[in-house]
Parts: sequence; C-alpha cells; structure tokens
Amino acid sequence: MIDLGRGLVLRNPVMTASGTFGYGEEYTDFVDLSQLGGIIVKGTTLHPREGNPYPRMAETASGMLNCVGLQNKGVQYFIDTIYPRIKDFDTNVLLNLSGSTLEDYVKGAEMVDAVDKIPAIELNVSCPNVKQGGMAFGVTCAGISQVVSEVRKVYHKHLMVKLSPNVTNIAEIALAAEAAGADSVSLINTLMGMAIDAERRKPKLSVITGGLSGACVKPVALRMVWQVAKAVKIPIVGLGGISNATDAVEFMLAGASAIEIGTANFIDPAVSVKVAEGIKEYCEWHGFEKVTGLIGALEC
Amino acid sequence: MKQIADFKLVEKQDYSRSVLLRLRSEHPLPDIQPGQFVQVRIDGSPSTYLRRPISIHDVDLQRKEVSLLVQQVGEGTRRLASADKGDTINMVLPLGAGFTMPEKGEKCLLVGGGIGIAPLFYFAEVLNEKSIRPTLLLGGKTKTDLIRLVDYQQFGETFVTTEDGSLGEKGFVTMHSIWQRQSFDKIYVCGPKPMMKAVAKLAVEKDVWCEVSLENLMACGLGACLCCVEDTVDGHVCVCKEGPVFNTRRLKW
Repeated sequence: MIDLGRGLVLRNPVMTASGTFGYGEEYTDFVDLSQLGGIIVKGTTLHPREGNPYPRMAETASGMLNCVGLQNKGVQYFIDTIYPRIKDFDTNVLLNLSGSTLEDYVKGAEMVDAVDKIPAIELNVSCPNVKQGGMAFGVTCAGISQVVSEVRKVYHKHLMVKLSPNVTNIAEIALAAEAAGADSVSLINTLMGMAIDAERRKPKLSVITGGLSGACVKPVALRMVWQVAKAVKIPIVGLGGISNATDAVEFMLAGASAIEIGTANFIDPAVSVKVAEGIKEYCEWHGFEKVTGLIGALEC
Repeated sequence: MKQIADFKLVEKQDYSRSVLLRLRSEHPLPDIQPGQFVQVRIDGSPSTYLRRPISIHDVDLQRKEVSLLVQQVGEGTRRLASADKGDTINMVLPLGAGFTMPEKGEKCLLVGGGIGIAPLFYFAEVLNEKSIRPTLLLGGKTKTDLIRLVDYQQFGETFVTTEDGSLGEKGFVTMHSIWQRQSFDKIYVCGPKPMMKAVAKLAVEKDVWCEVSLENLMACGLGACLCCVEDTVDGHVCVCKEGPVFNTRRLKW
C-alpha cells in the first residue's frame, strides 16, 4: 500500500500515465485493472477541444514525439458520459485536468470535486502542445503557485501537480507547487522536441514541435525525480520512459513513491501489470519487506 | 476480444518489393473481420520503437494462422521482411473496425492499389463464403506489383491496370473501362490516399456507397493516444479504432 496523502491510497506503486491509456476501457482485454495502483485518464479541459491537425506523431530513436493537443470532449462530457462507465473500475481513477486560463482550471476542478469516485486530480500545467496551454503556468514559480493555490481553494481531494521538464530548475517549480498546496507532484511530462523529414524538407508534426516520450527520456526523468526528491517533502510520482520493473524500481530509489507508465503501454499493452508484478519480485529478492522501503533508498 | 500473442513464422514467400508471411499461433485466434489489422512488434532496433500496423491478408482459424503481405517501405517493414522461418513475431490483434458486409445480392467492387490489395484477399474470401462473388479491380505500377493475382482471380471476376501497361489496361484503376461498362451497389477501396480519393470521387459522381481503408501513422493502435486521427464530419476520430475502414461520406475529402 502506498499512501500519497489526502485519501489517495494505492494498492501498488504502478499507475498508467494520462494520454497513454485512454479511459482504461481500451486496455481491459490486456490488463486486469485491479492489479494496478491507479489509472490516470486522458487530459481533460473545461471546454471540448478538437486538438491539433494530423500528423500528430513521429517516431524517434527509442521514443516518439506527439502533438495531440489535448483533444477531448470537456469536463461535463466526461462526468456525464465516461465517468458512469468507468467509476466502478477496481482501481483509483484519476483525472488529468488541463486548461488555458486560470478560470478554466478552477471551474474544472470544482466540477470534478463533486464527482464521487475520482479520488484525485492530476493537474496538468505542463502540456507542451497547446498554445497558451497549461505549460505557461508550469514553467514559472509564480505561474504554478497561482494556479495551484486557486485550484486548492475549490478542490478538496488529493491534488497532484504534473510538472514540465522544460524548465531550468525543476526543484524550484516543485517547491512552489508544494507551498501552494499540492499534495504530490508527478514528473516528468514530455520534453519539447522536433522531427524533420529531410526528403521533403518539412517538419514531421503538423504544429512543428511536440512532446518527446518513451525510453529515450528516462535518464532525464530520473535525474529530475532525484533533484525534486531532495527538495520537497510531499510524495513524488515518477514517470518518463519506464518500460519494465527495473526502470520503475530506479525511479523509486531516486525518491518516487509511485510511478506512471506511459508510452510503453503502446509497445506492450500489458506492460503495466508486468511492472507491478516485477516490483514485487524485486522487493522479495532484495529483502524489502514493504515496497515503500524502496522510496529514496538510493545509496550515494 | 483482442489479444497479444507470439506467432511463429511458418512460411515466407518473397515477391519483388514485398513478402508474404504466414504466421502461426499456439493459441486459438479470436474472431477476425476483413479489414481489421495487427500491430507487429519489431525488436532489435531503436528506430523501430513502436509497433507497425499491418493489414490482415488472410486468416485460417483452424490452423491458427494469420498471413500478412508486407511491402518494404521503411526500416520496420524491412526488418519484418527479413524474418526467417521459425522466428517468433509478437502481434496485437485484431484491431480496428473492418469492412461493412454487403447485403446478399448486392454487386460489390473491390478496388486495390499497390500493397493496398492485401486486405482485399481475406475480404473476398469471406464474401465467397457468404456466396457473394465480388468484382475485383487491382492496380499496380507494374505487373510484379500484382501479387497472387491467380489466387485473387478465384474469388470473382478480376480486372487489372498497370501504370506501365505491362499487364491489363494501362493507367490508374480509375481509368479502367469497367467503370463505363458496369455499375455496382457497393465499392470498397484500399490503396494509396490519392488513389482512394480518386475512386471516392468517382463513387460520389455515380452516387454509389463507398468505403475506404486508411493507413494514418499510429502509435497505440487501440484508440488511446489519439495520434492517428482523421478529420471527419464528426470531428477528429481515431483511424485505429473507428477505422481503418470509413464510409467516404464521413470523411472530409
């Protein structure tokens, strides 16, 4: 059991990252959701968004770029149509909430607060693919402080804040989120990147730049988790390129209390349960009575 | 129900730019509809990180076999084509929504261009099982593109075009004389996008129902990542989940 605070208790440290696992329904043929600590459903905004034009994806060495641009049908649609279908999943269902204005974040959080079986919001202040998007809030201490403290006033459950790696000093940003009332931070969101088709002399993505994810970002994510772990007292949820149980254990050793699996779900739709199982085996093999013993157990 | 399964490559046949792979599973196969696809894992290289979506060419439920007709266009398909007999290949299947089955008595035209002929094989086979004999119109750049032509011909009357005139009528599928001579109730198309758009335009002119099979770039193949969207009258929808087969009236072409 992992207690992340304010009512968010995970069965095990493994969650699935927003935007890589749909609403969980897409994966039920492959994954027994009751074997996961939680699922974080698609990035949702107050108002519906069509997202960016195609093409939205480019494969890169050991990774991929995306510029989906938060395509979703809005918070109200989620509550009315999707929530009834997934509320009885035997795992924690977290909503990733994004916005482009402060008012949107606050209104969205207020609406989700009233929904019974969503124990937490992952506040997305780090989407790199939307103009005037959440990342504007997530890259300065003042910005993150403002959005987190305003959302905190209306949202009474667990507030997890997802941090952008596209900053100079992520520990400062994490500290600002903590001071503004975040219950936990999750990191990292995607790294801004770009891909070019040399034959056609054109960008591979419709909006030119996108977010890099997959195995290639793991060392960057791991370093950032370690830096943030030294700075904040609230729990950290680590993500970025986790593809197997060893990767997950590394994030926990660096200081994460839980982890999220993202792009690896595309390569092996059943990877999340395998990672959960593998962490357990690691603990048994290495004599950790509880999985929480791994948190920050890096020796250096 | 979808499954992730290891398949063994039991037979491989080389064609000029393509390869036919017959893959056998140890486990019973799920129900597979014509027009659905698989996501193939290609191990061993950082540049083939994601799975590759490949249309299903043929299915043999009894032998637990799926066949893929793969054209070598990039590193992923090249690596897949270089697999040896006995190799294990991991696939997620079946994915997407396939072709809409015609009503009995309807006259169907199956139009394939290049490697787009691949999924029409299984489709024609299933139509035959339902006592429907489709007409096939297959096009290629040159005659060697028309892989397994003799096998296709067993499913129904088959017409051919090649751009260089090496087989059948010279030109594109849309230029074939069949369009002047016959009419159809349903047209199904798979091929390069410009070719599908051209056939779709013909279908609109003739006011005939038409379905096309799209092949947008994909990551998850499950409708989770929203990368492969096509712009439709209902907004951006996932080709991997709501497609790959779409009625042309739904597309903003």
